[in-house]
Amino acid sequence: MRLELIIKILTENWHMFLRGAGMTLYISVIGTIFGFIIGLIVGIIRTIPIPERGFKKGFLKVINWLLSAYIEFFRGTPMMVQAMVIYYGSAEALGINMDKYAAAIFIVSINTGAYMAEIVRGGIISIDKGQFEAAHAMGMNHFQTMIYVVMPQVIRNILPATGNEFVINIKDTSVLNVISVSELFFTTKSIAGNSFIFYPPFFIACVLYFVMTFTVTRILRFIEKKIDGPENFILAGNQMQVAKPEDMLKRSN
Amino acid sequence: MDNIIEIQHLSKTFGSNEVLKDIDFSVKKGEVVCIIGSSGSGKSTLLRCINLLEKPSGGQIIYKGENILDEKHDIYAYRTKLGMVFQQFNLFNNYNVLGNCIVGQMKVLKRTREEAINVAMKYLKVVGMDQYINAKPKQLSGGQKQRVAIARALSMEPDVMLFDEPTSALDPEMVGEVLKVMKELAELGLTMLIVTHEMGFARDVADRVVFMDQGVIVEEGPPEQVLVNPVQERTREFLRRTLNEL
Repeated sequence: MRLELIIKILTENWHMFLRGAGMTLYISVIGTIFGFIIGLIVGIIRTIPIPERGFKKGFLKVINWLLSAYIEFFRGTPMMVQAMVIYYGSAEALGINMDKYAAAIFIVSINTGAYMAEIVRGGIISIDKGQFEAAHAMGMNHFQTMIYVVMPQVIRNILPATGNEFVINIKDTSVLNVISVSELFFTTKSIAGNSFIFYPPFFIACVLYFVMTFTVTRILRFIEKKIDGPENFILAGNQMQVAKPEDMLKRSN
Repeated sequence: MDNIIEIQHLSKTFGSNEVLKDIDFSVKKGEVVCIIGSSGSGKSTLLRCINLLEKPSGGQIIYKGENILDEKHDIYAYRTKLGMVFQQFNLFNNYNVLGNCIVGQMKVLKRTREEAINVAMKYLKVVGMDQYINAKPKQLSGGQKQRVAIARALSMEPDVMLFDEPTSALDPEMVGEVLKVMKELAELGLTMLIVTHEMGFARDVADRVVFMDQGVIVEEGPPEQVLVNPVQERTREFLRRTLNEL
């Protein structure tokens, strides 16, 4: 491996790499957060118990059908193709000139949303029926039950899957180069194109992608641990009764 | 009279399976009623129908003179008047002991946090779990979980407490601590409706024992009658079987 070549490319283009990596991170962070929120909302709506009759039943059925269609469509088509259809389609067919970064975030968000909706639904189904019953027996309605009891548990349980989505988003923003969003892959491609040197820039991009995904995974693991809380609990009301030798020492000093 | 809950012609079917058949039943204020019977006799379903966790297929449930099966009735407000204790505890896994006891008070009854904590601590003391307010449910033993579940239900200050086989999922040595708490509650004059397999407990605590079999109430009366000198042959048969098992 020609190390000096890699160093040369890096010293000449480091700001471009950084800007590209920054854009990749920016789009995937915002896209994942929006997608997560879309997923939660769709997941909650799709698990509303459907009443046996009345106007509400028909209304919910239509909503559920629309949401299923949304999920199936966006899961079932490649993000690269969606990017082309939405970005160029909105310009050519509807005459709306979307900002390409807004379009990028929009595409990543609704894509993630479609996947997250199913992850959230799975998370809700996996919560023990007893949790719902206990909340209902207390007089909570569907939304109170969801917000105060079920969703906190679902969010904890789907964090690993969300991390997956996040990592996938960091990597998959590279397909947005088709609408010339200057993310990491796009900038790397232009660096390579300008210098006619190919593998060193892409090797650098590789390392940058890995650093980003690895950091994100670690941060999410840390959040998981934070949510889980300490392994042990403190008995209340008797802190003074059991003084440990080290506490006594501390106090006498 | 002062029936707090009155059930008339209640029926419940799951598909073609008739679980409750034309049940007439009532609970007076301050009364402790134990419902006994073999598995599948419909006693848990009856309890779950009373707080509408199962939707009755027919009949009426009158609570303080109002038919709560009426479409317009606010079932959420009605449910706050009934405290439910489940066989599987069903403590909220995302809260610690104190959180379990205050979330309903704050979000449903709209009490302030301080008020809710005061009420919760009062009932956690009653069940002897006030030292464990920081513990998560998974860190507690079965008996402790059930005592917290009782405190959680009491914290809503309901008119009636419903117990659905509260000791059936517990190890034998933990049954005692839960029964002791329930006995204390009964002495406080709480209205309680208890589905149980604990015959000794039913005999000691109940004002009235109801024996159910195959979806109907076969016999009801004071514990000395139903548990000692039952009138019905089916009750006698059930008692013989249960007592032989012990």
